[in-house]
Amino acid sequence: MSIRPGKILYIENLTVSFDGFKALNELTLYVDPGELRCIIGPNGAGKTTMMDVITGKTRPDSGTVWFGDNLNLLALSEPEIAQAGIGRKFQKPTVFEQLTVFENLELALAGSKTFWNTLLARITPAQKKRIYEVLDIIGLAQQPQALGGTLAHGQKQWLEIGMLLMQEPQLLLVDEPVAGMTPQEIERTAALLQSLAGKHSVVVVEHDMDFVRSIAKRVTVLHEGRVIAEGDMDQVQKDPRVIEVYLGG
Amino acid sequence: MGKNMLWISAWKDKGSRWFLGALALLFIAAPILNQLVPASSAFHLSTYGLTLIGKYLCYALLALTIDLIWGYCGILSLGHAAFFALGGYAMGMYLMREIGPRGVYGNPILPDFMVFLNWKSLPWFWHGFNHFWFAVIMIMLVPAALAFVFGWLAFRSRVTGVYLSIITQALTYALMLAFFRNDMGFGGNNGFTDFKDILGFDLHSDRVHVALLMITAIVLAVSYLMCRAIVESRAGRVLRAIRDAESRTRFLGYRVESYKLWVFVFSAILAGIAGALYVPQIGIINPSEFSPINSIEAVVWVAVGGRGTLYGAAAGAVLVNYAKTYFTTAIPEAWYYALGALFVLVTLFLPSGIIGLVRSRTNKQKGLRMQSDKGERPIE
Repeated sequence: MSIRPGKILYIENLTVSFDGFKALNELTLYVDPGELRCIIGPNGAGKTTMMDVITGKTRPDSGTVWFGDNLNLLALSEPEIAQAGIGRKFQKPTVFEQLTVFENLELALAGSKTFWNTLLARITPAQKKRIYEVLDIIGLAQQPQALGGTLAHGQKQWLEIGMLLMQEPQLLLVDEPVAGMTPQEIERTAALLQSLAGKHSVVVVEHDMDFVRSIAKRVTVLHEGRVIAEGDMDQVQKDPRVIEVYLGG
Repeated sequence: MGKNMLWISAWKDKGSRWFLGALALLFIAAPILNQLVPASSAFHLSTYGLTLIGKYLCYALLALTIDLIWGYCGILSLGHAAFFALGGYAMGMYLMREIGPRGVYGNPILPDFMVFLNWKSLPWFWHGFNHFWFAVIMIMLVPAALAFVFGWLAFRSRVTGVYLSIITQALTYALMLAFFRNDMGFGGNNGFTDFKDILGFDLHSDRVHVALLMITAIVLAVSYLMCRAIVESRAGRVLRAIRDAESRTRFLGYRVESYKLWVFVFSAILAGIAGALYVPQIGIINPSEFSPINSIEAVVWVAVGGRGTLYGAAAGAVLVNYAKTYFTTAIPEAWYYALGALFVLVTLFLPSGIIGLVRSRTNKQKGLRMQSDKGERPIE
């Protein structure tokens, strides 16, 4: 299957087209375990489509997506992929507005998620402890009983990242985490994402170049559905094709 | 855990206390006011009054089932009266068989309408309905089976929102047309009526009506506690999560379609029971119970009472039907205009219904000591 074993995510020759428009065009991309990877690219480069395919929301026309060495993601449904250990944060922060911060995290807890099990489920002390740990990590320990809908924009983003952590995923997909944040919030988010790498693999899609520069070791540049450059930020910024795409040629 | 916890948690909740208290009061007062207070007294509860209250309670149970799926899971069914009517028909079939040889034509096996249509033998699906226990199973099984098949197809295909509402309307409309047909074997447009007794108890006696009313009150209270147990559980929080952000819930690893399906089936079973309690008290069931307007009315009750509280839905059913009883005797032609106006006004000015209004009033009186509706929820 793959020529490079030991990756957490293998995307090979992935093509997705919408009415003839190729959102992804023979995309090939690998992610290492514990890595913090940033994916950048102009609008329409296929960043969100790629996330949609990985999480099972969109089915590709061709290509393969493997999670680790033996899980074919294209054969799984969205809940199955989530259960397998891939968490996703959406572009627009989506927390459950009518539930409290605590309840938001409770629902994200790893474990059985069938109707009958959740009907009888009671929170265990270990789970409670885990929720408070995550509340500390995301800086919401002061307001576990606040309703999700009353949080500030940045806090919602963190809560959503916290929900991903509750799932204990191996791979976190984070779509535009700092859009609309204040500089202080951006700084905190950068620290948060960096602290998560290592224990988890983190893939961040972001437009904000300063933010990418501040967190990423490796950057992948997408353009028209394929990878045009990969490397550290300085390398990538010197790449003539990247300059062409970003500055217009 | 278990039952005790349920009672305790309901007791802590003010709305539940009021609701269960009112049912308990009715349970005690109805037999006294009907049986002990003399007919000459102003406090005497007439047969008409008994039937009316019984009907309101059945409607309250139907409203409860709609609130469970709409208020908590965002499934707006505009065809829920279909499950109510199916439960009613199952009970009606038992009551028809119970008539036995006392029918107009005196046929010991065939109900009158079958003799009238020159049928020679009982259709296969009428067998077993001479047993009460069989009818009770069917009252729950038939709505459950329909809800399961319908829900399985609809939720798996991710039919949501207004599309789902439209196909539920189509479902109940199709059933209405089917039940109107004489050769379906359900009495055509006349449906079933002229019931004699239930389990040997005379349906024309006030005592039996009092008993039916008391049973309905108990069933409503138990159903309320069961619905509450569901919405207060973690599964209930998943339902609200689905209501507010369905695809987020899916990406957390929940099988949204299976949650919707189970709660929809449960709701249909309770709706069937409500219909089964309705028929012996009202004394008739016919295909008009399937008519789409009935389901829409039931949704209006829930909206008026306040969705997402359970007791609000029940209160809405009673209030709107009380208004209907008044209107349809005073100015009958105005009722549907009043109903429509009510729905528009509530949607515009009272999005959380009457219960929402009452809550915000009491919170103001307390000087916002509790911020419960603003942002803080008491720790559980």
